[in-house]
Amino acid sequence: MSSRRSRSRQTGSTSRISDDQIIDLVSKLHQLLPEIRNAHSDKVSAAKVLQETCNYIRSLHREVDDLSERLSELLATTDNAQAAIIRTLLMQ
Amino acid sequence: MNKYNPPRMNPSSLRSRFATRFLRSLSKINAKKPTASSSSPTEIFRRYRRIKVAADKSMAYSVRSRRTWSRAMLWKLRTRPCCRRSVKTSTIVRKTRHEKQNKNTTTTTGEDGVVFGVEADELRELVPGGEAMDLYNLLDETAHYIKCLTTQVQVMKKIADFYSP
Repeated sequence: MSSRRSRSRQTGSTSRISDDQIIDLVSKLHQLLPEIRNAHSDKVSAAKVLQETCNYIRSLHREVDDLSERLSELLATTDNAQAAIIRTLLMQ
Repeated sequence: MNKYNPPRMNPSSLRSRFATRFLRSLSKINAKKPTASSSSPTEIFRRYRRIKVAADKSMAYSVRSRRTWSRAMLWKLRTRPCCRRSVKTSTIVRKTRHEKQNKNTTTTTGEDGVVFGVEADELRELVPGGEAMDLYNLLDETAHYIKCLTTQVQVMKKIADFYSP
């Protein structure tokens, strides 16, 4: 089989990524997550953050799906007006 | 004293780039609908697929090749097994799926021996292009991917609210 070069590139890579950098990134991810269930938000383990991130991404995918479905039903019933589009663009 | 000033839109922000592209695709999708059967379930489903692909495509094009995940997504979108694509493309897609099945579960370790095995693999499946990234890049790409996904959801929500009665 073809060699899996990318698999062997684990922690023995040329650039040593320090643990602090990883911790920084994990905490940066933690900031992005919606803080609904976290009582003590500064003592969450990294594995928990990754878990929550996976759940959050899945829920975002689901929201995109629902919104696409909603939009497809709405487009079936609306007339498309150019002015409406421009207005949507302007309002944030 | 506090006059309400509607926020000026930054024309080069991710949100406006995505919104412009997505609205353009939406009007294209809307324009080609056959008026006879536009409310049948199959038509709605077909339009739903097109809208979803348009949303992902608009976001990936708004980010261009600056990010690994957007490059992976653009590549995936271009080699979709579309009914109008040639046979050559479908063989490429089949080979990629075969490679994915041979992937062994990797254990990603940080410097102090913290193991992120299962969660990192789960994350790799969710983020486009995540299979080939090391932990550092994976976390970096995930943060940007989440930011773009939330923008996408916000814009789509605004549009849906605007069009709903």
